[in-house]
Amino acid sequence: MSLVKQPDLTNVLPYGDTLDDGKVQCSFALPVPAGPEAAEAARRMLLQLGLKDPLLVAMEEMGPSTTFFVLYGTATVGVDYATIHVPKAEFEHLDMHEIDDLIERVLGRELVVVGACPGSDAHTVGIDAIMNMKGFAGHYGLERYRQIRAINMGAQVPPETLVARAIEEGADAVLASVVVTQKDLHITTLTHLVEIMEAEGVRGRILAIVGGPRMTHELATELGFDAGFGPGSFAEDVAAFVAQELIRRQSR
Amino acid sequence: MKIPVDLDKVAQARDLAIAITRPLKAYFAEHSTITIERAVLRLYGIDGTDADDVPWPNRVVEQLASAGRLDRGAAIALGQAVLATGRDPQEAAEALASGIIPFDDAPESLAQAREWALMVARRKLDDLMAFRARRREMRAALGTGPSPWKYVIVATGNIYEDVPQAQLAARQGADIVAVIRSTGQSLLDYVPFGHTTFGTGGTYATGANFKLMRQALDELGAELGRYVQLTNYASGLCMPEITVLAAQEGLDMLLNDALYGILFRDINIYRTLTDQHFSRLLNAACGILINTGEDNYLTTADAFEEGHTVLSSQFINERFALDAGMTESLMGLGHAFEMNPGTEDGLLYEIAMAQLVRQVFPDAPIKWMPPTKHVTGNVFWTYAHNTLYNLVGVLTDQSIELLGMLTEAIHTPFASDRYLALKNADYVFNYARHLQDEIAWNPDGRIAQRARQVLDEAVTLLEEVADEGLVKAIGRGVFAGVKRPPDGGKGLEGVFARHSAYFNPFEDLLDAGKPAIARRVVQPEATP
Repeated sequence: MSLVKQPDLTNVLPYGDTLDDGKVQCSFALPVPAGPEAAEAARRMLLQLGLKDPLLVAMEEMGPSTTFFVLYGTATVGVDYATIHVPKAEFEHLDMHEIDDLIERVLGRELVVVGACPGSDAHTVGIDAIMNMKGFAGHYGLERYRQIRAINMGAQVPPETLVARAIEEGADAVLASVVVTQKDLHITTLTHLVEIMEAEGVRGRILAIVGGPRMTHELATELGFDAGFGPGSFAEDVAAFVAQELIRRQSR
Repeated sequence: MKIPVDLDKVAQARDLAIAITRPLKAYFAEHSTITIERAVLRLYGIDGTDADDVPWPNRVVEQLASAGRLDRGAAIALGQAVLATGRDPQEAAEALASGIIPFDDAPESLAQAREWALMVARRKLDDLMAFRARRREMRAALGTGPSPWKYVIVATGNIYEDVPQAQLAARQGADIVAVIRSTGQSLLDYVPFGHTTFGTGGTYATGANFKLMRQALDELGAELGRYVQLTNYASGLCMPEITVLAAQEGLDMLLNDALYGILFRDINIYRTLTDQHFSRLLNAACGILINTGEDNYLTTADAFEEGHTVLSSQFINERFALDAGMTESLMGLGHAFEMNPGTEDGLLYEIAMAQLVRQVFPDAPIKWMPPTKHVTGNVFWTYAHNTLYNLVGVLTDQSIELLGMLTEAIHTPFASDRYLALKNADYVFNYARHLQDEIAWNPDGRIAQRARQVLDEAVTLLEEVADEGLVKAIGRGVFAGVKRPPDGGKGLEGVFARHSAYFNPFEDLLDAGKPAIARRVVQPEATP
């Protein structure tokens, strides 16, 4: 029997240098001058957050009455990892050629995908990474797919315009990329997008997919989308989901 | 520290840029836009909004457009309104907007209106020049820090939160404070009015917000004994109007780049290039340093493969700026540290690009931008990434450095993010201050070869663009991989052909006052 301890997955704790030591690193600023009182305030902040043995390792005054802190603390409660269930878009991972072959073989026609950054969002990095020919980090974008006609409408597209274009092009899927999430701007825009698709009577026919650095599948489905893709997603994830979901729907 | 640069190639690139921009110069002379006319009204002092919060300059221009008089320019109509009502320009403009002033085409009336418009324009520009001269004196007396100038952003959305954040950043050592605009402001065809507290991802650029921030930084500068520069963003549908407000409120710099607006904000090519020309005439006269946005090309295209597109665009932007009377000392041409961090010898290629731009534009206060594309949410990794960025910045003598934030790609910067960024930059700039004087690069080495390759590719691309024309080239996506058709994008409906009686005395005066810039820009020194 190994002497190496194994984590208890029903009670997982942060891992410093010893299993279950619960070590947590924190940094923040307080609007007070540096000094013994500030140090005590920072320690108490950790205690109130439920971290014990707060250790202040850095206290730097970064301006008049503003101080930056780095502290370590110890978590006192673990999480039950074993029972966690995170909803994820259900699909089999395939590469570009496999996806093209699947579309050709089973659906027997070219798919149309229309994408944009809806509303006031001006950040096209995400939609470009998924849609443009070149893709991102060695993963080709949807434009490169033989069996997908990809239309990237770019930034700051009103949801109405995006849906109208999707209808005009006979789209199979609408892709929305949201980067700006300050003040929950994206929630309003995405809700609006789904409402318009419903109002136009295309919600059941066109897949609604959203991606972005703060996006999860769970949030996406709550907002009425079919799938949500977060950081680390590439064009083949979106394409594989679209193809397989359309096949699922066709066979129903 | 120098790398070998083929000066004939550089001269060839500049000649090509002249050929590329020439047809557009002719276009600028024959057209104007609604925001240029609103800028003219703002230069006459027209400000404020009507009861529905519509700015008066917009109201006047809408009235002129609906009466079919806009193609003569706003200046004459305002002159006629002032002479007809005997009121001051603001009251006359409000009367003009309400449509109660009849238009008079009698030659005598037009001549009198022109005379008034020219006389008042001259006075307004004299006042503006005197104001800018006072600011230059104050700046010279206080002095600015050594380069690279450390540029940070504040972006709370609320001007009353921005002010203490900006002051804190300046106390921490920032040389330049930029107030990021609210998401989407670049696509508004009007400038919001007054102090604002509700922006998302940034704070609305308004005259009142500019004034408040300027005052706060002036007060702090006096206390610190160091001038703190203020910048904002003019690229967008209101480029000339934002420029007027920046000139009136004492801003030092402006992001001012039509190519950026075309590619990244989908603004119509003709609209924003025409706007840019008038805007840059004013920047030249007021000594406002422009920043261009070529760095952004590398956020959508690969930094290794597309490095030359940045340099090509800089040559074009330089030419547009020279044509508006700007000196090299006002050209903050943009470029960036955006190579994939997994690239073997990526640091060498970054040095090659940064040093090449430095040598090609020796008198320009070039603006160096931090990594964003390959930044993940891992703040520790980003901090390491930014340290190398700072090292290349000081090594290649960049003029303006927008500091990378460890929370890039997460949120608008916390005060502590800026603190850590400034601490990093101060450490590296000081620790490696004279490294550039100690290094001689291998003339046949990887860095020199990369620089040669980028320059060669830039010239080849400029040749292609000169052959097909800039508008067509943008249409096929040569920059940033983004394609923009000539009749697409936002704002084309706001462009109009000038009537033979068109009159814009500010443009005429600014144009006449341009320093002699027909000359070729100074060539970089020959390298052994």
